[in-house]
Amino acid sequence: MQQVFKRPQSLKDVQTHFCPGCHHGTIHRLVADAMDLYGVQDRTIGVASVGCSVFLYGYFDIDVVEAPHGRAPAVATGVKRARPDSFVFTYQGDGDLAAIGTAEIIHAANRGEDITVVFVNNTTYGMTGGQMAPTTLVGQKTSTSPYGRDKSKDGSPIKMAELMAQLGGVAYSARVAVDSPKHVLEAKKVMREAFGYQAQGKGFSFVEVLSACPTNWGMNPLKANARIGEEMIPYFPLGVFKKEEA
Amino acid sequence: MSKRLFVKGNEAAAMGAVEAGCRYYFGYPITPQSDIPEYLSRELPPLNGEFIQAESEIGAINMLLGASATGARAMTSSSSPGISLKQEGISYMAGAELPGVIINISRSGPGLGGIDASQSDYFQCVKGGGHGGYHIPVLAPNSVQEMYDLTMHAFDLADLYRTPVMLLGDSVIGQMKEALIPNPRPVRELPAKGWAVRGKSGAEQRVVKSLFLGDGELEAHNWHLHAKYQVMKEKECISEEYETADARLIVAGFGSVSRIAHTAVTMARAEGMKVGLFRPVTLFPFPEQALAQAAARAGKVLVVELNTGQMVEDVRLSVGAAAQVSFYGRPPGAGSLPSPEELLEVIRKNYQETAR
Repeated sequence: MQQVFKRPQSLKDVQTHFCPGCHHGTIHRLVADAMDLYGVQDRTIGVASVGCSVFLYGYFDIDVVEAPHGRAPAVATGVKRARPDSFVFTYQGDGDLAAIGTAEIIHAANRGEDITVVFVNNTTYGMTGGQMAPTTLVGQKTSTSPYGRDKSKDGSPIKMAELMAQLGGVAYSARVAVDSPKHVLEAKKVMREAFGYQAQGKGFSFVEVLSACPTNWGMNPLKANARIGEEMIPYFPLGVFKKEEA
Repeated sequence: MSKRLFVKGNEAAAMGAVEAGCRYYFGYPITPQSDIPEYLSRELPPLNGEFIQAESEIGAINMLLGASATGARAMTSSSSPGISLKQEGISYMAGAELPGVIINISRSGPGLGGIDASQSDYFQCVKGGGHGGYHIPVLAPNSVQEMYDLTMHAFDLADLYRTPVMLLGDSVIGQMKEALIPNPRPVRELPAKGWAVRGKSGAEQRVVKSLFLGDGELEAHNWHLHAKYQVMKEKECISEEYETADARLIVAGFGSVSRIAHTAVTMARAEGMKVGLFRPVTLFPFPEQALAQAAARAGKVLVVELNTGQMVEDVRLSVGAAAQVSFYGRPPGAGSLPSPEELLEVIRKNYQETAR
């Protein structure tokens, strides 16, 4: 009998510890699938960031360096410059990448570092308990925006994939979602494309993934999934914003 | 005969780094250390190395973290306010046991301060600086030659103990020009870097991290780090003594001020006073035993610093009740370097007190 579906080789055979309905598992699969596609597991160095995503090394069977909060793109820069033959990706949440690490991501992208950045946007700080993030939607209630995000006071949610697309060093920038099978399949294609840029040495690639945090959103997994389509995608449109020809 | 060069202290440190095999440098401009990135931006690319002018000191220290994690010899440099920004990364590197060299050509403060010579960051450098209760070796050169030699030594210490190492100078040491003999790098046996991330290549997964969540894991890790510091205290103390054998007063000072103190001690000897100089070269580990022995013989120590009193605390801890300790300091401020005559006057006063 032909096997048509299996665990990617780059993922360990372990149980997830993430909350019910959390999308980290799905996104890990997409990343591992892209790694397998290009056969880079043995030369990959993952850079783990702070927050729920730090546990990268528990799931991926690859070498990993842990970075301080927000600094993953700088750490990845050091890794890739010292070992240009390695395959380097960061995996960062929205607080990490779009708040404390804004300088690091913009400048690594602008230098055109030959790395791939996976940006998990769930509009909140997950591990610290659901505080307001730079991507929190206007009106969204969080533990530090109990009256809802106020645009006049807190500013507007940052659209990172579009921002990245403006920078000269960026070869590829896209936004995907993992709320439905259709979107997951699209995300798989985009993740493969993004990893392909680095696999072929074509420069900095960026994938923003809209994902759910049911625990901190105070929703069950189904409602959380639905929120991605109903509230997030209208503000954070899916698509490829930059795709440089080689 | 080895060649003799006439170079700046900052350049000597950069040359020492290249000789030590450092091929990756990440930094951000700040006075009075910018000769270091300027030199390495020119010299590293032809050696197949990399120079990156980072977006910030925070970016630079984390690039160092990444490069060091791959096992490469790498460096950053900065000056006081920049070192404050780097402290987060230094703490992470200490926690994850990553080697790396950080040159700090310190300036005066607090805040923006000025670019004149100052030793007001002793506590920040020697007592951890960042969060979490760690130490890193801190080396304090007082000449252009030592900027070169101790930078090479710093890379070896970093690899030997898997720790960041800081070279602490100031604008006197960094900006002055002196003769330098660029000796070849000493041969030292160093442990293999089996822990470095390189991509698995069929081997077991390697993880460089400072997060330890398992029961008792973090405590065990901290005891491990503590044990390493004890070994450093036993094996890695460096100090220099001048005329201490029969001294009844020991002047203690490090870095730039030790040069002025050296002149003042020579002047005091010419006046017949039995005065000696003790210079810690390693500020961590602090040369407690060597100082305690010299101090016990003399009975009195005069600590001189370009601040209002920081190293003096380590001196007091080292000598305990074995000797009397006094202090003379000049806090940061333009032109606040003491002259040899000024120190000689302080020495006279302290020496007369010992005679009573």
